[in-house]
Amino acid sequence: MNKLYINKHVKLLNNTVYIDQEKKFSVESDENFSSFAKSVYKNYEIKYSKFYKMDALCKLGFLSADLLLRDLNRENILPEEIAIITANSSSSLHTDKNYQKTLSEIPSPAVFVYTLPNIVSGEISIKNNIKGESLFFIQDKFDTKFISEYVKYLFENTNTKLCITGWIEINMNEDYQTDLYLISKNEGSLEFIETNLNVTYNHE
Amino acid sequence: MMKVFIGQDNIITPLGFSTKENLDNILNGETGIRTCTNTPLSSKPFPASLIDNTEINERFQALGDIQKYTRFEKLSILSIENALKNSTIPLSDPRTLFILSTTKGNIELLDDDLREDFSKERLNLYTTAKIISEFFSLYNTPMIISNACISGIAAIILGQRLISQGLYDNVIVNGTDVLSRFVVSGFQSFLSLSASPCKPFDANRDGLTLGEGSATIILTKDKSSIEIVNGATSNDANHISGPSTTGEGLFIAINNATKNYKNIDLISAHGTATLYNDDMESKAISRAGLESVPTNSLKGYFGHTLGAAGIIESLINLESLKKNILINTIGCTTPGTVENINIIQEKKDQQLNCLLKLASGFGGCNAAALFLKHE
Repeated sequence: MNKLYINKHVKLLNNTVYIDQEKKFSVESDENFSSFAKSVYKNYEIKYSKFYKMDALCKLGFLSADLLLRDLNRENILPEEIAIITANSSSSLHTDKNYQKTLSEIPSPAVFVYTLPNIVSGEISIKNNIKGESLFFIQDKFDTKFISEYVKYLFENTNTKLCITGWIEINMNEDYQTDLYLISKNEGSLEFIETNLNVTYNHE
Repeated sequence: MMKVFIGQDNIITPLGFSTKENLDNILNGETGIRTCTNTPLSSKPFPASLIDNTEINERFQALGDIQKYTRFEKLSILSIENALKNSTIPLSDPRTLFILSTTKGNIELLDDDLREDFSKERLNLYTTAKIISEFFSLYNTPMIISNACISGIAAIILGQRLISQGLYDNVIVNGTDVLSRFVVSGFQSFLSLSASPCKPFDANRDGLTLGEGSATIILTKDKSSIEIVNGATSNDANHISGPSTTGEGLFIAINNATKNYKNIDLISAHGTATLYNDDMESKAISRAGLESVPTNSLKGYFGHTLGAAGIIESLINLESLKKNILINTIGCTTPGTVENINIIQEKKDQQLNCLLKLASGFGGCNAAALFLKHE
């Protein structure tokens, strides 16, 4: 088995964008998530009108994936050869809470559709034409050992040639964090091993 | 790669608290779907397959304090306990893993009007899974799959992969979902509920029917009569709430799961009875060249049990394999999908060896799993 590498890492935390551990963009710390998300969208000149319809979890995952995948050379990689293996701890509870509030008036289908955690994988897949293996895990904390084993399994046993993996979390108090990694056999400086998935938590 | 087999199992629905009770009732043409009135779930009557709460509590009393566990947790524990009854797998053992499959877990706890006796902490799926895991004194931290309506099949595929890699010897997969005002109102707002019991693959189908269920399947490296050979997941990359118009995503999952295995005897479709889902499945099945394979949907017996559906439907169809009986699609009187496929309309005896199970869900996700009978 050839080694796997982390080709890129995108982290969104504390109103800041980090790419490969380097701080790239930030807004004032007192701005809320929605305002941070809009600033990132504008700063990186993303043009995708569906973005405005998305819930917070999807915006978070969508923006992180967009930064992760821009400039990627997808030559010789089919849509079904790209996998998305992600996890979080709060599932879709941030939106679940918002949906529950609409029950006392008119339940909103536009909100209800976002009350599943894997919708974010769907949004990333639609924007980036990704059709491969896809699974969303709920974990108390990001289980780097398991996730790294599972991603390696996919490279060894399925047609996976590229994988987006990581953590996409926003809880009911709107504490958020993403750590998305782009994994492939293309040699890079960082090998894809458990200890190189350095996730730290903002609500600890 | 280790081969992976199916060990003990259990199904809980309104049609029974064991796989056998459920199967016997289905073979007698019974359905769990009733018109529900005067429930806190909805202000207007609607058809659904609901499990009687009194019966859950009566049965749970033998296991624990009915006040200390939510309805969701009681069902999951009852189902796992039942599956373990005839099993010898070690529980407090690092080689045994528990995977919980659910879409919404204890989501009814968000409803302040209904439940104030449980802490909001129970809304976290990992807390729910931990409570279930602790009940059985399991050694490993449980894994949780929440992947919309493919959760059950995705959890089985994950278990198969982990055992095949030699990471575990036994994996207990439980899929559970209960109905809440949250879930019922959501599907109502989407206008996706049928006014009458659902009619999968019928020309006049007009929507899905919701159901409750909990089912457990134990995957093991120990040889049994049924092997789970392979599985795959995929995404449509098309729409978050509507199925693909081409069926390409599901076709990819079928192809990767079957790896061109030609002798498929039976397809257990997702068959929600929405116009678009059933058409999409017919396209994917035809495109895979499987249009003549006998195909059923069991949603007319159980409703759509969400995170439990894939496990319940796999288990019933594995009984089909063992008994060489094709189970008919109740609710379908005139098959009518955009591509013609072979919907089973009459129960009949037939030699069966290989089952293909399909599922698709919100977020554009698809899954397919292949099971094989060994004589």
